[in-house]
Amino acid sequence: MKNTPVKSIVAIAIGAALFFVCGRFVAIPSPVPNTNISIQYGVLALFGAAFGPLVALLAGFIGHALIDFSYGWGIWWSWVIASAVAGLIMGLSKNRVKLATEKFDGKRIVTFNIYQIVANLLAWVVVAPVLDIAMYAEPANKVFVQGLWAAGGNIVTTAIVGTILCVAYSASKPKKDSLEKK
Amino acid sequence: MTNIFNYVDRKSPVHAMTGASKLVCLLLWSFGAMSSFDPRFLFALFVLALVLFKISKIRVADIRFMLWFTFVFCILNNLLIFLFSPMHGTEVYGACHEIFHIAGRYTVTQEQLLYHLNVFLKYAATIPIVLLFVTTTDPSEFASSLNRIGVNYKIAYSVALALRYIPDIQREYHDITLSLQARGVEMSKKASLGARLKTASGTLVPLILSSMDRIEVISNAMELRSFGKNKKRTWYRYRKFTAWDFGAMLLGLAVLVLSIVLTAFVNHSRYYNPFV
Amino acid sequence: MEPIISFKNFGFKYTVQKEPTLFDINLDIYPGQKVLIAGPSGCGKSTLVSCLNGLAPFSYDGEYTGSLTVGGKEARESDIFTRSKVIGTVLQDSDAQFVGLTVAEDIAFALENDEVPVEDMKRRVDTAAALVDVQGHLAHAPHELSGGQKQRVSLAGVLVDDVDVLLFDEPLANLDPAAGEAAIELIDRIAKEQNKTVIIIEHRLEDVLHCAIDRVVLMDEGRILADTTPEELLCSDLLQKTGIREPLYITALKYAGVTVQPSMHPAHIETLSLSEAEKEKVRAWYEASQEEEAAPPAETLLEVKDLTFRYGNGFEALKDINLRLRKGEMTAIAGRNGAGKSTLCKLICGFEQQQEGRILLKGSDTKTMSIKERAEHVGYVMQNPNQMISKVFIKDEVGLGLVLRGRSQEEVDAAVDEALATCSLSPFVDWPVSALSYGQKKRVTIASILSLRPEVILLDEPTAGQDFRRYTEIMEFLEALNRSGVTVVLITHDMHLMLEYCDRALVFSEGRLLADDSPAAVLSDPALIEKASLKKTSLYALAGLCGIADARAFTDRFIRCDRKERRGQ
Repeated sequence: MKNTPVKSIVAIAIGAALFFVCGRFVAIPSPVPNTNISIQYGVLALFGAAFGPLVALLAGFIGHALIDFSYGWGIWWSWVIASAVAGLIMGLSKNRVKLATEKFDGKRIVTFNIYQIVANLLAWVVVAPVLDIAMYAEPANKVFVQGLWAAGGNIVTTAIVGTILCVAYSASKPKKDSLEKK
Repeated sequence: MTNIFNYVDRKSPVHAMTGASKLVCLLLWSFGAMSSFDPRFLFALFVLALVLFKISKIRVADIRFMLWFTFVFCILNNLLIFLFSPMHGTEVYGACHEIFHIAGRYTVTQEQLLYHLNVFLKYAATIPIVLLFVTTTDPSEFASSLNRIGVNYKIAYSVALALRYIPDIQREYHDITLSLQARGVEMSKKASLGARLKTASGTLVPLILSSMDRIEVISNAMELRSFGKNKKRTWYRYRKFTAWDFGAMLLGLAVLVLSIVLTAFVNHSRYYNPFV
Repeated sequence: MEPIISFKNFGFKYTVQKEPTLFDINLDIYPGQKVLIAGPSGCGKSTLVSCLNGLAPFSYDGEYTGSLTVGGKEARESDIFTRSKVIGTVLQDSDAQFVGLTVAEDIAFALENDEVPVEDMKRRVDTAAALVDVQGHLAHAPHELSGGQKQRVSLAGVLVDDVDVLLFDEPLANLDPAAGEAAIELIDRIAKEQNKTVIIIEHRLEDVLHCAIDRVVLMDEGRILADTTPEELLCSDLLQKTGIREPLYITALKYAGVTVQPSMHPAHIETLSLSEAEKEKVRAWYEASQEEEAAPPAETLLEVKDLTFRYGNGFEALKDINLRLRKGEMTAIAGRNGAGKSTLCKLICGFEQQQEGRILLKGSDTKTMSIKERAEHVGYVMQNPNQMISKVFIKDEVGLGLVLRGRSQEEVDAAVDEALATCSLSPFVDWPVSALSYGQKKRVTIASILSLRPEVILLDEPTAGQDFRRYTEIMEFLEALNRSGVTVVLITHDMHLMLEYCDRALVFSEGRLLADDSPAAVLSDPALIEKASLKKTSLYALAGLCGIADARAFTDRFIRCDRKERRGQ
């Protein structure tokens, strides 16, 4: 199957829908508000690795904005944009991880996780707090602690959930190595 | 769950407006409210939003659930600000009028209270308008509205597609959870976080794999019906702007302009500062 | 007359595959014709569809050889968009084809993409909706519609474009019998009224032949095996050779020793004419059989008493249900979508809790049992195996339930080996699930349920969307499982399945149990058939034609003979 532009559009939509369902209905609460330990970043990391930066950026942005809308607490642009940035950087791993054509093991798992750690740090410790200060004039130490907490949580969840999903997705794509019956 | 975005189908002038004009109004309004820390202005916006609510015939009962979420969210956020930065107000306003001392570094000041009042009022000024948009805009109009305000139509359509498939994916997730529960998979509260995450991933695997198949079939179906052929597309739900629509957009613009005027010429900063 | 579609020495090879998928295709289809393309899975018919509508090579990389012209133009030179203005495709998966948030928006989708002005668009949407009779549902969301209605919306979505050719990819796969019959009648009516060329890809020959077909193209292994009239095809032995199911009445005639000939007009049961001698043969075959003695009833495994269930929104999904499942039975639960079949299974498994009534497992009330506890007695297999499999390797998937119940490694290994052996999957023990075919995956999900050794397994539509070969593979496996002592309950709307494999049919309609009888009895009761959206079998009509009054006994006789034949093979 070719990666046509329409396929990317549908991937954005399904990615955003999965992000929404995971973030809205599968959340595991944490003590700090604004920072549910949620598994949607694992899904986002998979979409990044499978479809690249643009798809993951938009899936993160749309998915997060829809979650905020459905709760009715408005749109916290700072955090929505941070989700988009996380998707963007996770998506840069696509050409190194090569989920569709190569086996996802050892080195590729490490590579995938380096990307997701950088993505989460940048999104939650830099983008989100800086925007919070600039847009909502919140106290710096509060937003950086919130950011660190979110980054830590999301790195752990992505490391577990994202890696498991990538292993399963990669295994579902037929590889060249032959199989032997017992 | 069929109506996650709580659209309430009633007849009112606000419902009759196009999604695009409401979206423009929402964006301008929320930027205006976001940038100003003038409590007089924010309170005026709150009162105005209540008037709009009255016109829209949306009742509190329709949005009780969302109000509750927002309220909790707002309280927690204020609490956190105080915990982390009890003197944030003093930093902002450059003055310190102590009211009483609690313990250690925690002192309640007039400046801090004003800052918190501003944060509360920001919620009060924006949330009603967000809720108004959500409850009076048919999700079907969402995508065309985005396209109308300048978002590329393919990306706008991906929002419509996400809305289309959220209920399907949700139902599928629910079914998968049940069948795995029968196998013995439990989301126990006692299990460690790592174990809980692994369990959650196990449930997600079938959902993700079947969603990946779905991407292929849906994109085929869309290509077979000419999606992406032209630079533009028309929308079945397109409606012409009426006077109400222009009114809404002007209102949003007025809010933003007023906010900028207050910041630039009246308060000479984002803050209204009575202390110095 | 010029053909509207013409394949000349046509072949197609996917880039990712070594060998071509289609070879030497020579086929001319003329305007106004109605053509059925049939063949087993993997015969190349899906690739042929993709070549026609342009998905290959536009979405699936590959190369043509020879030539294909559509509307007189060489296909190589036109893209998928131009092609879609000549050929409109109605896909098998109507949920995926339904991309709009409401019916009206979905019908308008192609017009929106062509930048048709809104006023014009609304008019055309209304016209198309009226053609397929969905004008009353324009504001409805997809989940408010039945499968048949969704398919009509898909059809309207291609009719707005005034295409010349309508291409239907397995239109019957997801429909109940009555809806399938309605779909075939609708296609026939639209083709005549709108003067369209129609191409139907389907392996359910008897159901498609409900309305007249001009030609049948039979494919196997990437080639055209036959291009003939339905009458000729039914009289040949090609159907058996390619594993396509022939109509039941034809099979019955063959059992009775009647040679089927084109002069009998065998394409439809309504047009079939038999000579007195042939009718006599059928009667003689019928009378030669004896009633089989009924086995004494076995012990009751599961009993449902006065069960009533309402959903949160007040919808009464089940009302006063009473039934017993006995050890060793193979039972079908039938009825249209929303009749209460799935709700009953959910209640039995504990996924939902009833408001009134009781469910007893071997005499003890299940009220206080958890989902997990019930699963050790009643296993539930979902329709789509991809929705159940959460592990990468087969061994882990099959052992999951036992591992989670804290059984020892030896115990898990032993149970996994046994379940895999029962499902003929032992050679694949170390494979990843993804390397298996659909039918094998289905067996993995069944093995993963069997490893817990339940007394009853419930299967939701086990053969939905499968061709005859895979259907037979799955059903014969279930039959063997049943003979090994497992009680099997199947939710299905496939009447052939009920007839061929089940001892008993429970028929639901609007939340009530309408009938609890043998499949043959159910399918020869016209009032019941009407109420439950089932379809009369052609055997019923054949009995009438031959002057046999007891259609039910005739059907019974046929089933017994058919089972014997199958087991004899």
